Amino acid sequence: MAKQLMKGNEAIAKAAIVAGCRAYFGYPITPQNELCEYMAKYMRSSGGVFVQAESEVAAINMVYGAAASGALVMTSSSSPGIALKQEGISYCAGAELPALIVSISRGGPGLGGILPSQGDYNQATRGGGNGDYHVPVYAPASIQEAASLVRKGLETAAKYRNPVMVLADGVIGQMMEPVELNPDPIKVEPFLWAADGNSGVRKRNFVNSLHLNVDELEEHNKHLQAKYRAIEENETLWEEYKLEDAEYMFLAYGTPSRIAKSAIGELRELGYKVGMLRPITLWPFPYKRIYELSKQMKFLFVAELSSGQMLMDVKLAVGYGTPVHFYGRMGGNIFEPAELVREFQKHAEGK
Amino acid sequence: MTTVFKKTRGLTDVPFTYCPGCTHGIIHRLVAEVLEELELLDTAVGIASVGCSVMSYEFFNCDMIQAAHGRAPAVATGVKRTHPDKTVFTYQGDGDLASIGAAEIVHAAHRGENITVIFVNNAIYGMTGGQMAPTTLAKQVTTTSPLGRDVTQQGEPIRIAEMLATIPGSYYIERVTVIDPVSVRKAKAAIKKAFLAQKEGKGFSLIEVLSTCNVGWGVTPLDALKQIKEQMIPYFPLGVYKDKGAAQ
Repeated sequence: MAKQLMKGNEAIAKAAIVAGCRAYFGYPITPQNELCEYMAKYMRSSGGVFVQAESEVAAINMVYGAAASGALVMTSSSSPGIALKQEGISYCAGAELPALIVSISRGGPGLGGILPSQGDYNQATRGGGNGDYHVPVYAPASIQEAASLVRKGLETAAKYRNPVMVLADGVIGQMMEPVELNPDPIKVEPFLWAADGNSGVRKRNFVNSLHLNVDELEEHNKHLQAKYRAIEENETLWEEYKLEDAEYMFLAYGTPSRIAKSAIGELRELGYKVGMLRPITLWPFPYKRIYELSKQMKFLFVAELSSGQMLMDVKLAVGYGTPVHFYGRMGGNIFEPAELVREFQKHAEGK
Repeated sequence: MTTVFKKTRGLTDVPFTYCPGCTHGIIHRLVAEVLEELELLDTAVGIASVGCSVMSYEFFNCDMIQAAHGRAPAVATGVKRTHPDKTVFTYQGDGDLASIGAAEIVHAAHRGENITVIFVNNAIYGMTGGQMAPTTLAKQVTTTSPLGRDVTQQGEPIRIAEMLATIPGSYYIERVTVIDPVSVRKAKAAIKKAFLAQKEGKGFSLIEVLSTCNVGWGVTPLDALKQIKEQMIPYFPLGVYKDKGAAQ
């Protein structure tokens, strides 16, 4: 497909349709509205299903139903709306249903604000639903990458029979960039487990997350955990930037990683050997690689649009080894490269 | 030898989990028989809800999906919209449908989803041990209305059939019961009508079935049947509340 200038939310929607997503269920919330609106405009004309649900709760349960009956399906929302979807995400995880959930995050807590934030890292990677479950979380840093990760997310969901999230800050949702979409639908193995109303020609299927027998439920959980270990093994993604000679490592994801790249450029001109590791999957998190790299660093510097949520995962990765410093902004404020340079220098110069 | 009665193919061989005396079993059988008789069983997808009928995915002999509490109409929407040629039904109790799932049922009806809802109203939360439901009668004693439902504090019981009948999107709505052979036959006819409406693509249909919970009500099965007749029917009158087909 030819390169085109698109808004992030619209590129995400179009990428999903082109990849073969056949149903979208959503509810309006800023700053993801263009995604929902694009789906309203183009999903039906592409032969798919669009329903504006009465709530985010209903939307995720429509996703649950469509996925349970074998459709490749998605929903999208923003922070408070994702909070409402957590129940359904837990049910999708329990019943092992593939589904894509796009979260275009804004400031919180509560109604918070409508400007970009990364305060939903814990919400996405730890989830608010009940039970021992995980959702792979992809965090794009550009519109092009957002489109690619939507495709990748649908593939991962189908491959592992698991809900998958694309977590993009509001900047990614709202800004425009050139994007080139892969025109081919993704390849998906037939969902032989789906309750799609064909019990006349095979054994009846039922989709369920209830296991009242304790041993059966423990076995089910062991099965889920084995799947999560396989996802950790096979699906962890990250980008390494100027790390070959680095003595200091930035860690940032999404839009802040781009600001960090500018700061790294300035810092290198000032003589600091700085690089960056950018997690692309927030779960599974590249703990091992961060630990390996940390051994060659004087310190790690985490920059987030939050009070420090990914920071905790970075600390888990390095343990009591290399020091980890942090700088964040909240409420919809976005740091500039100069702020990161200044904060980095404070630590580098021991001030 | 001629067979005068046999178990419907619409039910599996899994034993019911319902209490002795409960009329859920009759309602299951009616739904199953209708699906078999209309030859919809092999292409049906049922949605089980949360409550006493949570295990119904084990009982109905067709593809089944177990939904979160109250969300069955949303789940059914997801199935029906992506599989419009399949027969989709939900089987929900009054706690599930009239309380926690009030938004989902109202909006499924509002959108005119071409699904069939079997709404079992026994005026109590049976599964969790007999708490007050939105449909619990005034002055009825439950574990969370130990002095009887006080309508000044807890509201009047919700009449779902009447409420949903006011929504333009609903196509067929009837309230029935299963307390004697005559009412069982009427209930089956209503359920059949509801599934036929879906088969013909007419839209949203709901059959409310007044059902017993002798254990939760603390009475014998026979007295429970009597209680429906003497106490529930006067507040929840039986009959057809919406029939767009007849109006046309």
